[in-house]
Amino acid sequence: MERGKKIKAGDIRTASRLIRDIEDSIPEAKATIKHIFPYTGKAQVVGITGSPGAGKSTIVDGLIETSRKKEQTVGVLAVDPTSPFTGGATLGDRIRMQRHSEDIGVFIRSLATRGSLGGLSKAVGDAIHVMDAMGKDIIFVETVGTGQQEVEIIHYAHTVIVVLVPGMGDEIQAIKAGIMEIADIFVINKADRDGAQKLQRELMTMIEMSHIPPGGWKPPVLTIRNSFKPEEFEHDLQILSAKVHEHYDFLISSDLIGDRQKRKRLHELNEAIRFSILEPVMEMLIRTGELDSMVEKLVKKESDPASLAEEIARKYLQGCF
Amino acid sequence: MAKRKIRVMVAKPGLDGHDRGARVLARCFRDAGFEVIYTGCHQTPAMIAASAIQEDVDLVGLSCLSGAHRYLFPQVVSLLKEKGADDITVIGGGIIPQQDFQKLYDAGIKAIFVPGTTLDTIVNWVNSNVKPVERK
Ligand code: B12
Ligand SMILES: Nc1nc2c(ncn2[C@@H]2O[C@H](COP(=O)(O)OP(=O)(O)OP(=O)(O)O)[C@@H](O)[C@H]2O)c(=O)[nH]1
Ligand SMILES: [Mg+2]
Repeated sequence: MERGKKIKAGDIRTASRLIRDIEDSIPEAKATIKHIFPYTGKAQVVGITGSPGAGKSTIVDGLIETSRKKEQTVGVLAVDPTSPFTGGATLGDRIRMQRHSEDIGVFIRSLATRGSLGGLSKAVGDAIHVMDAMGKDIIFVETVGTGQQEVEIIHYAHTVIVVLVPGMGDEIQAIKAGIMEIADIFVINKADRDGAQKLQRELMTMIEMSHIPPGGWKPPVLTIRNSFKPEEFEHDLQILSAKVHEHYDFLISSDLIGDRQKRKRLHELNEAIRFSILEPVMEMLIRTGELDSMVEKLVKKESDPASLAEEIARKYLQGCF
Repeated sequence: MAKRKIRVMVAKPGLDGHDRGARVLARCFRDAGFEVIYTGCHQTPAMIAASAIQEDVDLVGLSCLSGAHRYLFPQVVSLLKEKGADDITVIGGGIIPQQDFQKLYDAGIKAIFVPGTTLDTIVNWVNSNVKPVERK
């Protein structure tokens, strides 16, 4: 397949267009993904998440730099939100990474969420495959600025970096629930600000109190000072970069990489099932007007959702039930 | 199947720091339903061309208020051509004297918008001249 070959050869235009076809749900794109799938699984995938404006893109920019110094090739997928009102999006992460734009070893692609709620785009899994098949050694995935719920990144990344900033109020309270549990590495950014040490202490206490199994990974709490002071920033970024690699090595040596891989694949399978089974059925229901009449029935209390779903399963998934 | 979306990049080539117009435009394109990549100030034509290709945009909008458009705009077009990406439409705006228009058109800039142009005019131009993916 011509397109698959070009992807494997690292062709950026073809790759970016393929990612777009995935975003736009063009059926042929799925075929190309099938074709390149056997060539995936080599890249290290690193997720960067945290609240809006925490400095995620600035940190990705720093990590690109350290990776390039190690002669690794880099892919970046940067996700920003789609406006629910107009369907448009301003994709501004790239602005912090522009110094790498001409480096042919770096491929940066912005994605809009297009209504996805998990902090990513539904194209992100396949987009990672594309960059992976292109031969990128390391792929950074920046999520949208997240609250507590957007934890989908764990389905895609080997290592998740959670970026926090001091002085945002009740930090620990706010983050305890969701994104707190997904961090492999915590970064306190803008650590030149008041409250950074307090936040670091609180985080470390919290980690001490959590149940880490013997031989498990204990998330380190790193600090990154002012990104406007290049020497300090670079120094702190080198430490972060080293931790990222340490975590990956840990996953491999402890055999946990298999678990992560399974988690990723399971999620992919879920998505694929949704795409191949649920979506066609939903489309059918909409097209035939059945969905409307079912909603009508529910409104009139003539049926209930579970019974209707069973009816749909009997009708469209014959042989399964 | 989802609908194709127009992807555009708004960029400021050169040393010009007047970014208000570019920001206004980025927002207005978003409100028009486009996906907009804004790359900020101080971009070289090579950075702009490389980014446009990585992002698979249909349109590059260049904004320049410093007078350097004569050199910078045509360079972006020729770099895109060099990389086999001359199907990407390039337009420009800012402080551009009338007498420069023809030279820029000849260099491959498809349209030029000067201060006072309404945002509707610009969005309408894009909607009638730029087709997502099926370009030209
Ligand atoms: C505000 C302003 C500033 C602000 C900029 C703030 C900012 N962050 O943007 C400040 C005070 C910082 C500034 C500084 C300077 N300025 Co000044 N500034 C202006 C001013 C008054 C308005 C510009 C503006 O924001 N307009 C509002 C926006 C929305 O309009 P716009 O950018 O023109 O965009 C519209 C169209 O042009 C078009 N458009 C623009 N770009 C694009 C791109 C695309 C793709 C499309 C489709 C359309 C499009 O669409 C928009 C909507 O209609 C203009 C005069 C003027 N009336 O234009 C001078 C002006 C641009 N500045 C000028 C100068 C000389 C300077 C300085 C060099 C002054 C100095 N000696 O220090 C500095 C240089 C700064 C720098 N680093 O580059 C001159 C430029 C002269 C020239 N080109 O020959 C101007 C024309 C004033 C003048 N008459 O002399 N400036
Ligand atoms: N004071 C200070 N500001 C910083 C630091 N790092 C980043 N910033 C600034 O914080 C702002 C946001 O940085 P980004 O890197 O874009 O943050 P982000 O988390 O990617 O933002 P979103 O993607 O919009 O959620 C920018 O204005 C940066 O210049 C830092 O170390 N110190
Ligand atoms: Mg960002």
